[in-house]
Amino acid sequence: LQEHEVEKMFTLKPGRLPPADVKNIIFFVRPKLELMDIITDNVLREDRGRSPQRDFHILFVPRRSLLCEQWLKEQGVLGSFIHREQYSLDLIPFDGDLLSMESESAFKECYLESDQTSLYHAAKGLMTLQALYGTIPQIFGKGDCARHVANMMIRMKREFPGSQNSIFPVFDTLLLLDRNVDLLTPLATQLTYEGLIDEIYGIQNTYVKLPPEKFAPKKQGEGGKDLPTEPKKLQLNSAEELYAEIRDKNFNAVGSVLSKKAKIISAAFEERHHAKTVGEIKQFVSQLPHMQAARSSLANHTSIAELIKDITTSEDFFDNLTVEQEFMSGIDTDKVNNYIEDCIAQKHPLIKILRLVCLQSVCNSGLKQKVLDHYKREILQTYGYEHILTLNNLEKAGLLKPQTGGRNNYPTIRKTLRLWMDDVNEQNPNDISYVYSGYAPLSVRLAQLLARPGWRSIEEVLKMLPGPHFEERQQLPTGLQKKRQHGENRVTLVFFLGGVTYAEIAALRFLSQMEDGGTEYIIATTKLINGTTWIKSLMEKLEPAPF
Amino acid sequence: MSRVRADEEEYWHSSKFRAFTFDDEDDELSQLKESKRAVNSLRDIVDDDDDDLERVSWSGEPVGSISWSIKETTSGSTSSLDGRDSSLQKGSSSYAALPKQASSYSLSSLFKGRNKLSSFQSLSDALTDTGVKNYAPELRRPKAEYKDYSSDWSPKDTVRRMQRGKVCSLERFRSLQDKLVLLDEAVAGHDGNVITAVLIFLKRTLRREILFRELEVRQVALCHLIHFLREMGEQKFLLDLLRFLDRTEEVALSQYREHLNIQDVEKRREFLKGCIGLPFSAEDNTHIQDHYTLLERQIIIEANDRRLETAGESELFRKYPRKASILNMPLVTTLFYSCFYHYTEAEGMFSSPTNLKKTFKIPDKQFVLTALAARAKLRAWGDVDALLTTKNWLGYTKKKAPIGFHRVVEILQRNNAPVQVLQEYVRLVEDVETRLNLATKYKCHDVVIETYRDLKDRVQLTAYKCKVERGSAEEEKINSILSN
Repeated sequence: LQEHEVEKMFTLKPGRLPPADVKNIIFFVRPKLELMDIITDNVLREDRGRSPQRDFHILFVPRRSLLCEQWLKEQGVLGSFIHREQYSLDLIPFDGDLLSMESESAFKECYLESDQTSLYHAAKGLMTLQALYGTIPQIFGKGDCARHVANMMIRMKREFPGSQNSIFPVFDTLLLLDRNVDLLTPLATQLTYEGLIDEIYGIQNTYVKLPPEKFAPKKQGEGGKDLPTEPKKLQLNSAEELYAEIRDKNFNAVGSVLSKKAKIISAAFEERHHAKTVGEIKQFVSQLPHMQAARSSLANHTSIAELIKDITTSEDFFDNLTVEQEFMSGIDTDKVNNYIEDCIAQKHPLIKILRLVCLQSVCNSGLKQKVLDHYKREILQTYGYEHILTLNNLEKAGLLKPQTGGRNNYPTIRKTLRLWMDDVNEQNPNDISYVYSGYAPLSVRLAQLLARPGWRSIEEVLKMLPGPHFEERQQLPTGLQKKRQHGENRVTLVFFLGGVTYAEIAALRFLSQMEDGGTEYIIATTKLINGTTWIKSLMEKLEPAPF
Repeated sequence: MSRVRADEEEYWHSSKFRAFTFDDEDDELSQLKESKRAVNSLRDIVDDDDDDLERVSWSGEPVGSISWSIKETTSGSTSSLDGRDSSLQKGSSSYAALPKQASSYSLSSLFKGRNKLSSFQSLSDALTDTGVKNYAPELRRPKAEYKDYSSDWSPKDTVRRMQRGKVCSLERFRSLQDKLVLLDEAVAGHDGNVITAVLIFLKRTLRREILFRELEVRQVALCHLIHFLREMGEQKFLLDLLRFLDRTEEVALSQYREHLNIQDVEKRREFLKGCIGLPFSAEDNTHIQDHYTLLERQIIIEANDRRLETAGESELFRKYPRKASILNMPLVTTLFYSCFYHYTEAEGMFSSPTNLKKTFKIPDKQFVLTALAARAKLRAWGDVDALLTTKNWLGYTKKKAPIGFHRVVEILQRNNAPVQVLQEYVRLVEDVETRLNLATKYKCHDVVIETYRDLKDRVQLTAYKCKVERGSAEEEKINSILSN
């Protein structure tokens, strides 16, 4: 950026803009009305009494929104902007195999407000992807939104026939999955290392903020003098060797890996005593930076693992997990659960309650009217009547509903798709169910079954899940059709419409690595979610904006 | 699209029909016009002349210069060739052919003209008065954008262009028919941004009844409008719309939502009162009713207690000053508050716990739990005891806890109850294992010892001996049991 003579970068916040000796100011924003208010505030304060007027520009990511412009106009600042443009950034790469649109409201928009804009963006993103990596010959999908996206892609392709490119296709298959096909998975607590970090501390754009106490530098002489008070910020991605190895493991398997690593590293450091010749010493020194990095990364992850361990060993975490697992394996899903009642009585965070109640509802294909009313009543009395709006949203999204027709489909689905595995190997997993210590994410199971033996074998179950399932083919020019060599892996792009959890990603990575799997997976989504952020996005905002 | 590019396209396409000579500006202009007419002959565009004239004068380029034209033709040919090929393929089958973006203007209009599609006939009023007015103040814009205003895009193209983030004037869609076609196109594109833009336009230009009626059969658009109204806070319009659609429950809910924006409690109370009887579902209706009653109570309690607190007469308020006002707190919090400050009040008082319990039909469990927590916090162990004691009709007393005694113990322990108090309830925990666990955890030695005695577990009892203090009463007790 410096190269382009950008003087300073500021984060957007209300109030006066920080002083800087510049003429042009560019706002780089998502098209959201709250942000527009902030900008309005910025601009209005700026205009007052300033001799060399500044020029304002606004860049919307990914799309310029007429609604936002209308808003700015009503606030009387639209005219202040000299340029209003858009920066079409649809899919943001997060890791080697992960793309996200980072639009947290996508699920809400699609299922609550029937606003399909994010689907349009998804389709556009996929078109861009195809322009770069070749047309994807096969498209599979399940769910209404998936259908829409596929339709849009096909239409966009028809409308711009010129976009037929001559790039050899990287992806063999595209699988579009609606989040509402699998509402269950994000509600459960993720049990992979990365999943737990996200559940407990929340990973934002691959960064995590951790409490600082455990990371205080342990140097002699100044012990405990100045503990850092700022949260420690760490970047997490597969570029870090150690993290790449442990991120997708079940948390119970992380400890042993860490201690093994610790031994290897200290052994490597020990080697310097054995180095005798100059050449050996030189070689040792050349390895030092790498070893230092490995050591600090090990130290970090040991600290994180300790932090998480404190929580996972707590009684409450265990109880919560037990209830979740009972629900998912189909035990007592049709009556009022004692643990949930207790949690309400003790005023546990509302989101936790909602997660559990929704989980129960999903695992029972809806709750009995009496049970549902009981929960509703307890929640409203304890947390306030205004939450009636949130409960209503959850009902609309299908997360919380009365049982209709008196049939509970979940057991059938669970059995056919083998969603519950009793013997889980957490250390050396042999099935994707290890990511939830027993429960195999439905969405990933669908992907797995699609690769082999194909969806035809599970027609019945697919019919029970919401939305249509379909298959489309995109013709490739003959020259580009892949001649598959024996043993070569197929590459599937799985697009989760409405968000994906880290545990699901872990499960897909696990499938990619299976020796006889024959399929590699690349993952794309509208947003990385966990149960908490997901429910939060569906809750009614109760407090007015803070300014 | 840059200005040069726009010119170039037009130039090139026109030249398809005629050989060109680059004599002078005037000459070329007339040729341009002529060729254009040829192209558009099937349609009836009246204002075309002005259009062309203006365009050239705005470009400011020496249009006739040879170098310019060569440059344009070469660079333009590649892109527009693609466009032509593709649209030729499609041209026969449907009017949907939209050539490549760059060359869309002339070619698309060309083929549209040929296809003679009736739906586009109405577009002949491309340059209406409003349209002209609209671009008039925008003269400083680069020409490419200006062109968007004046040209005659079909609804489909308009939507397409808006999706690409270009500015389009919608004003020229004047008839209801046109507007609806435009809306349907927008909906088909699934781009909420465009749909909303079209809706804003329709909302401004159509009568409410008509708009509502048409939206009723267009559910997707309807959802967008509802969302838009909600975001912009156009509550009245929204309610009208929902009422029109007979979505009564939604009307009720969105009206109820309004209360969140009312800061003043009195006004909020009034507002909630108005919400009662709105067509909620039966279940929700009782909740709303309760919400109103609760706030009403809170206002009364708050006024009373604030007076008490400031007067400083009450011991309780002096010892435990209130942390926050009770207004707008949830019911259970209110109950806790009333158990804390108003426990002994008679049932007739609004602020008494029993009154709250009756009015809101608070279940026993919930009530005991809350009362327990409040009394334990005040270390009023006598009240705790009374709360858990029931008398049967013969006058015998019995301890009962609807929440289970292990929970009672937990709550008491959290409030640092003394061992003597704690012990009494630990003893009442039914499940032996839980009882042992709790007793060991909270050092209720007597209970542990008695339990082991009842279990006749000598080994455990002996082991426990080292956990009690030496020479204490407990050790003696163990010894005497062991020796028996």
